[in-house]
Amino acid sequence: MIDTKTLTITELRKKLSAKEVTVREVAEVYLENIKKTDGGIHAYLEVFDDVLEQADLLQKKVDAGEDLPLLGVPMAMKDNILLKGRIASAASKMLEKYTAVYDATAVVKLKEAGALFLGRTNMDEFAMGGSTENSAYGPTKNPCDTTRVPGGSSGGSAASVAGDMALVAIGSDTGGSIRQPASFCGCVGLKPTYGRVSRYGLMAMGSSLDQIGPLTKTVADTEVLYNVLKGQDPMDSTSISEDTYSVSPEVKTVGVPIDLLDMEGLDPVVLENFQETLKKLEGEGYILKDVSFKNLSYALAAYYVIMPAEVSSNMARFDGVKYGLRVEGKDLNETYCLSRAEGFGKEVKRRIMLGTYVLSSGYYDAYYSKALSVKTLIQNDLEKMFADVDVIATPTAPTPAFKLGEKTNDPLQMYLEDIFTVPANIAGIPAISVPSGFASIEGKELPLGIQFFAPHGGEERLFSIGRICTGE
Amino acid sequence: MIERKEIEHLAKLSHISFSEEELGGFATDIGSILEYVDQLKEISDVDTGVPSVGAVHNILREDGNSYVGGESRDEIINSFPEKEGDYLKVKKIL
Repeated sequence: MIDTKTLTITELRKKLSAKEVTVREVAEVYLENIKKTDGGIHAYLEVFDDVLEQADLLQKKVDAGEDLPLLGVPMAMKDNILLKGRIASAASKMLEKYTAVYDATAVVKLKEAGALFLGRTNMDEFAMGGSTENSAYGPTKNPCDTTRVPGGSSGGSAASVAGDMALVAIGSDTGGSIRQPASFCGCVGLKPTYGRVSRYGLMAMGSSLDQIGPLTKTVADTEVLYNVLKGQDPMDSTSISEDTYSVSPEVKTVGVPIDLLDMEGLDPVVLENFQETLKKLEGEGYILKDVSFKNLSYALAAYYVIMPAEVSSNMARFDGVKYGLRVEGKDLNETYCLSRAEGFGKEVKRRIMLGTYVLSSGYYDAYYSKALSVKTLIQNDLEKMFADVDVIATPTAPTPAFKLGEKTNDPLQMYLEDIFTVPANIAGIPAISVPSGFASIEGKELPLGIQFFAPHGGEERLFSIGRICTGE
Repeated sequence: MIERKEIEHLAKLSHISFSEEELGGFATDIGSILEYVDQLKEISDVDTGVPSVGAVHNILREDGNSYVGGESRDEIINSFPEKEGDYLKVKKIL
């Protein structure tokens, strides 16, 4: 049959075309795994009831000899991406019963490529968080250690892949929401170049930062999904064409920011693993170079101004009028206030308030304008570094997966988890997290990840060096 | 630190109702986050201009008939929180 622990897209497609298995049989294996495992993990908010029907339709395409890149590939979708006719709640009470009116462009592409949709995965509400504990429907647990978080906000997607409850999953990344859960769960996670994947049908959080991307077990699978998802879209005016950037795919030199060594909050276990991985890369013939990322420490501060500012604008659409939750008040204004009070969780409210603050008159220049300047400084830093090196390496997250509840009462501590991932969103460059080993903590093997940045349009470089790390 | 009066004002601007207790919690949280972002002030004034978002600018749809013939009409109407016939129902505003 199939071994879901080691299965890849390429292998599955081979088995399907050789008639060793049917799509229905594969789907049944994953549904069985979900039944067995997900009670203790809670990766899924909903497992679709038509999975086997989808499987039979896709089998017809297999039988007809159709050659599609994702034909019969069982996949989990983050709950903030629209699948027409299905609920898309963003793990919020606000959209508990909201049914998507259209397919996201990413979904249209996945459907055309023959994907099989297993269900929608848990996440931090409206993708705001780094642990999936901000879901209105309860947290997801890390399959590697169920007392720990899977990371977030795409925690359900990462856990579904790590727990063999989906072959691959789709997530979204605004400040690290694909890469950090990938690191915590031992998966590969890619945030493409800003504009590479259409955001049409992805619920907006920080519109200048958001990107859809894959979570998989191997770099090869990530590459297959990336090639399906990418492409310019008339429905997203920020999407870019194939030739917007031209970058050679070659990687010889790896930049290592010296600034991160004295970064506050970097766990020694993570640093040690990072340095070992670099040594391994050196052994493979890569040239390591120290680079200076002097504004790295400001990136997070700028992110926590720009992102909430965009959040406060994007969340304004949820007012209880046109769709979503409505709580009637004595007049329209009170209806807004009550609907939003009831529909949004604490973190969403916190970010709306923070964003409202930094955009309010009198503070705009001190915060928002300043943060935009930092954005330019970060872009300049990176440009200088990429003149010298082909990719830049950092740990993906400063710590291994932390305990459930450990950071829920201290939002700032939670925010510091994003320190290495946000620069990619701020600058719009692509970044990948690949597994780099484990930390043995309390008798459990907790996955760690290494992250690589490439210049705009440099995804091929990330796949090339990522493969070396995973030994593909 | 952020003053209580200011938090109340933000809640009003954000169109969110809060209990007294909640407002207190937010004052503490937002205060500590602002303290962290205050490090931005260390950066001396740099004239960096307004950074661009992404690589493409002024993308507009070609003029022409963009009417899509009632596609999704029923689904949209079905997602109204309250309706009367095919009309979206809201409280009177005048």
